[in-house]
Amino acid sequence: MRHLLSTGDLSRDEATLILDTAAELAQVGDRSVKKLPTLRGRTVVNLFYEDSTRTRTSFELAAKRLSADVINFSAKGSSVSKGESLKDTALTLQAMGADAVVIRHSASGAAHRLANWVDGSVLNAGDGTHEHPTQALLDAYTMRDRLGRLEGLRVAVVGDILHSRVARSNVLLLTTLGAHVTLVAPPTLLPVSVNTWPCEVSYDLDEVLPKSDVVMMLRVQAERMRDSFFPSVREYSRNYGLDGERLGRMPAEAIVMHPGPMVRGMEISAEVADSPRCTVTEQVANGVSLRMAVLYLLLGGS
Amino acid sequence: MPESTGPHLIRGARPLGGDPVDLLFADGRIAAIGPDLEAPEGAQVVDATGLIALPGLVDLHTHLREPGREDAETVASGSRSAAMGGYTSVHAMANTEPVADTAGVVEQVWRLGREAGYCDVRPVGAVTVGLAGQQLAEIGAMADSAARVRVFSDDGICVWDALLMRRALEYVKAFDGVIAQHAQEPRLTEGAQMNEGCVSDRLGLPGWPAVAEEAIIARDCLLAQHVGSRLHVCHVSTKGSVDIIRWAKERGCDVTAEVTPHHLLLTDELVESYDPIYKVNPPLRTAEDVQALREGLADGTIDIVATDHAPHPKEAKETEWSTAAMGMVGLETALAVVQQTMVDTGLLTWAQVADRMSTAPARIGRVGGHGRELAVGEPANVVLYDPEAPVGVDGEAMATKSSNTPFRGLTLPGQVRATFLRGAPTVLEGKIN
Repeated sequence: MRHLLSTGDLSRDEATLILDTAAELAQVGDRSVKKLPTLRGRTVVNLFYEDSTRTRTSFELAAKRLSADVINFSAKGSSVSKGESLKDTALTLQAMGADAVVIRHSASGAAHRLANWVDGSVLNAGDGTHEHPTQALLDAYTMRDRLGRLEGLRVAVVGDILHSRVARSNVLLLTTLGAHVTLVAPPTLLPVSVNTWPCEVSYDLDEVLPKSDVVMMLRVQAERMRDSFFPSVREYSRNYGLDGERLGRMPAEAIVMHPGPMVRGMEISAEVADSPRCTVTEQVANGVSLRMAVLYLLLGGS
Repeated sequence: MPESTGPHLIRGARPLGGDPVDLLFADGRIAAIGPDLEAPEGAQVVDATGLIALPGLVDLHTHLREPGREDAETVASGSRSAAMGGYTSVHAMANTEPVADTAGVVEQVWRLGREAGYCDVRPVGAVTVGLAGQQLAEIGAMADSAARVRVFSDDGICVWDALLMRRALEYVKAFDGVIAQHAQEPRLTEGAQMNEGCVSDRLGLPGWPAVAEEAIIARDCLLAQHVGSRLHVCHVSTKGSVDIIRWAKERGCDVTAEVTPHHLLLTDELVESYDPIYKVNPPLRTAEDVQALREGLADGTIDIVATDHAPHPKEAKETEWSTAAMGMVGLETALAVVQQTMVDTGLLTWAQVADRMSTAPARIGRVGGHGRELAVGEPANVVLYDPEAPVGVDGEAMATKSSNTPFRGLTLPGQVRATFLRGAPTVLEGKIN
């Protein structure tokens, strides 16, 4: 594995290796000195064309815990804002000897394009509405950590599937790892060819909840509200929001996940968000271990 | 500009793929056709053994970019590229900078074409001022200009306002013009990046639904029939569009349609690479659409092949998919792609290729002196094509200023050996003359 561009590129064994490696590396976080010398002398560039403090910080922390040199390259205030193309930026990073480039970009496929132009490894940290592979991997890690397995797990992904790179990556990865995924959304927020995806589809959250081991809520992208994807926030919340009452209808062991940022009151109530069954903060913590694992494996670990 | 030359005797060419004969070009016309013709004094003899002779190709849909984007193409470089592809006449689309929406701009393009001399350049006039879709351009002035414009199009943008489209269709009847519509319902394609379907869902690129094209075609066919005018549909790309045009023709609507070579060969699966070389408007569609387009061209539902030659400088394509320019060059590869998709598959004869790529486009565009029969007395606008000379496509080696060919790296089955414009070779032995 040279790059991590899509969870669809991962075999079951590769994905499992990443999760197992993350589990080992998670112990580093429990030590007083949270650092390994593994990637000493290697350079990791965080190339962020979109603001994302949490993801960038998570990657930065992961690289630093492995002793890599980290360069944060933000589009704002850089040559990019002066009109430099992605290709020229890539060639600059190449000339600086970057061993890995972590890229977040608003354009689907930007990570794929970058991989054509640099010799180092490219990690897709979210490209447009395409994929966010490390998010899916940390989600899978969290599920396995909490519930002890992925094989046969019933996972409901709820909300704005159409615009969600997280949903795309999760469907591909969880299916590879033997889980059963059901997408739940109004038809307007589902991709047109969703019937060809390796998952179930439902428009009825109440029908799906009692049969789910995991309910993953997605953020509804408010900026798209004007496009009439649904009539009103109130109607959306009534049909697809997760509140305490609905939480009560889920199996007792079932967990609630959210990739963040959460919009409390619309897609998830404060009661659910603050419930011990909600794994949001664990997901964040697990993200560091998982990203350490990916960097370690891509940059020559074994 | 090609020098004017004396007579040319073409030895052993196969007109429309038929039996070999000799053709003598003199004084700009076909002077004789027959076996073993004697070369007149001073004649240049061209060995055309094994080559197919077709009437010079006519493209109803070319972007020459001049004025305004001479970094991508000029009238001279574009018409040289056309000659290399076997074309003797091209229609230059109106989306230049400034837009070709006045008599002044269309005359400028027309004169630049005459000065270059590689093929006849017929400007297309804009339907609306500035392609803005608000107000009719001075269509009559362009029709009356030296350029004698007969084809009007806002290509690149759909004339979406039904009333404006009706008025345009009605207005051009006064001078036997035609409205060439870029069928794209704008609201259904806001932000669209590629064909809407399984691949767009997988890639996370906003989809461009087939119905956005089909709905406009259906509307325009009904409008054209209602007002009794001629409608031409640009770059048809979906199976549903073919079905609608077939239905409209059966109803008696005076509609014609074109398909591009790239839509006859390529599918949206290629976008998996995220390489913007495959980004085009309308987008590459599915294998089922490609099959329907081929069948539609074969049975005459789709009347012609048009290139939609759309040159772009490198930097416009060496970027992220969503910011890349839409379009592909195609003049120099069109005939070979048509051979591969339509002739080698048994769907068209060479005589039918002559119709789809020369006779019919000349008729639709009201182009005099082109698309004529290969007969004594006709203008010697002729292409000699070798159907058994496979060639690897290399964008850098083309005559066009840009290199954005989607066929890069493919081997196409044949190549143009010579192009004659009124008896003068613009291309000889595969090279610009």
